[in-house]
Amino acid sequence: MTRPALIAMVLAVAAAAVLPFLLGSYDLNLIARFMALGILALGLVLLWGETGILSLGQGVYFGLGGYALAMHLKLSGLGPGEIPDFMVWSGVKTLPWWWQPFENPAVALIGVVAIPGLVAGLFAWMVFHRRVGGTYFALITQALALAFATLLISQQATTGGFNGLTEFPTLFGIDLNTLGAIRGLYWITLAALVGAALLLALLRASRFGTLLRAVRDGENRMRFLGYDPTPYKVAAFTVAAMLAGLSGALFTLHAGVVSPALVGVVPSIEMVIWVAIGGRHSLVGAIVAALLVNLARDRISSALPELWLYALGALFIVVVTLMPRGLAGIGQDLMARLMRKGAAQ
Amino acid sequence: MDGVVLALGQGFNGLSVASLYLLAALGLALSFGLMRVINMAHGELLMLGGYIAYLVMKAVPGTAGLLLALPAAFAGSALLGAAIEATLIRRLAARPLDTLLATWGLSLILQQAARNIFGPIGVEVRAPAWMNTAVAVGPLSFATTRILILALSVVLLAGLALLLTRTRIGLLVRAVNQDRMMAAAVGVDVRRVDMVMFALGSGVAGLAGVALGLLGPVTPTVGQSYIVPAFLVVVMGGLGSITGSTVAAIILGVFTAMVQIFVDVSVAQVLMLLLVIAFIQVRPQGVLAPRTRALDA
Repeated sequence: MTRPALIAMVLAVAAAAVLPFLLGSYDLNLIARFMALGILALGLVLLWGETGILSLGQGVYFGLGGYALAMHLKLSGLGPGEIPDFMVWSGVKTLPWWWQPFENPAVALIGVVAIPGLVAGLFAWMVFHRRVGGTYFALITQALALAFATLLISQQATTGGFNGLTEFPTLFGIDLNTLGAIRGLYWITLAALVGAALLLALLRASRFGTLLRAVRDGENRMRFLGYDPTPYKVAAFTVAAMLAGLSGALFTLHAGVVSPALVGVVPSIEMVIWVAIGGRHSLVGAIVAALLVNLARDRISSALPELWLYALGALFIVVVTLMPRGLAGIGQDLMARLMRKGAAQ
Repeated sequence: MDGVVLALGQGFNGLSVASLYLLAALGLALSFGLMRVINMAHGELLMLGGYIAYLVMKAVPGTAGLLLALPAAFAGSALLGAAIEATLIRRLAARPLDTLLATWGLSLILQQAARNIFGPIGVEVRAPAWMNTAVAVGPLSFATTRILILALSVVLLAGLALLLTRTRIGLLVRAVNQDRMMAAAVGVDVRRVDMVMFALGSGVAGLAGVALGLLGPVTPTVGQSYIVPAFLVVVMGGLGSITGSTVAAIILGVFTAMVQIFVDVSVAQVLMLLLVIAFIQVRPQGVLAPRTRALDA
């Protein structure tokens, strides 16, 4: 990384850190939500940009993280022996066994990344070790997203169904609706985002990162050189899923709800477009695009919901056909042109 | 005894569902075999077929309407398919994953367009009265519509088999399927083969849309509900093989119907996915795969 770019990035993080003193709680909450989504986008850069694996089912891991935390939040507000209100309405008498561990805050917090990681690792290994990949893999991940969302909706009595889990005012006894809590969560999210970006930058620069690019550019050559690509692909998928889980948990805290509408086929594929727009090889691009696209979505879809679907569809087509390197690619081209002009003078 | 009757009934339902999966998957499998790309807007070609059937059968009621709707839906979807191939897929031919994303964008636009034109609520295709009957065999009864759809898919499958094995275009398709570069080197116009087969597969999707319209309301998302199973059929079938896709469609259709005796639809969907994942543990190359020494089949 060049020195000016580094300085620009430090300044950007510093600016983001003082934002809570400039914005009202609504806007701050919105930005924090989108920053949480940026964490998921970072995972996709590792998976898609570096390793060349397209997942159309990241919503599953986002949802697993979100639900793991939301289940704890639901339970923490209850007295002993009580069960969540929506279960009572559905005639459920006792807490299902798979809800019980989440009463423990440590289990829930670890679960936020561990559950998506385990599910993703197992799933990816089952598919990749038989050398099924590429388009097939993308289609299977999409089927998984569909199955997950349908299952959540249909098991209404224990998952909250279509409405999902909502109304959790406190986290570890702290009221989430105060300005202080919103600011605190914003800083936590910012720290998680910056931490995730640094982690991925390190991973990319390491030998592991080189091997991921080898998987992308010549999986068979890699085999000929004596490497088994499967563990690297599984690892990339697992890391991306764990980031998605963290993203889902943070998003749930900011939005105050997690529901099947956030985890199914359509939201899952929308997550890919953030990274496509930002530039699939660019960590910074992914964060910027996740913020921009979601801000645009927020503005456009509240005013003209129909227009948003047309715009989103057109974005997919235009970005993929005309600007496969995304915003980051445009930025790099501009920089290169400026440099050449500078050198010529 | 009741159990046997139930199983037989569900077996028939399974075959009926399988025929729909197959009709939806044939076009996908054909062009995947040739170009290694999947058109995510394929579900909207089904949707288009359904809406064309609705329009035609509103104008011309009765059996004549149905007989008109079939070729009209085939032509309409084939045309749209050819346009998609010429504008989008050809451009992205060497980037299969990007093709998924771009065609998904198209699918969003087509769905929203349908929502604006026909409304978000479904429209009913008015089937001829004689189709709303059932054929009773002992304690079982089979809906006439479903029998007809099964027959339609058998006829289509036979026609496609004849086309691929007995005609010149079929020969060219098989050549490109086996080795694209060699076929091009000996003078096959591979681009045209791509285009013709893509249009043909899209037309079949249009016919599938008519079938869906006969079974239930046509909605902007009608294609979406069949397209994911159709994708799984392609994954399980093996590199665009028609026979493989047929076997895969029957396995998935009958399996889903059978497990629905014990669990609800959503769990059946999860089990279907698990079946596919279990299946690729045993046969990652799919039901039927051509024997090849190529590294990247």
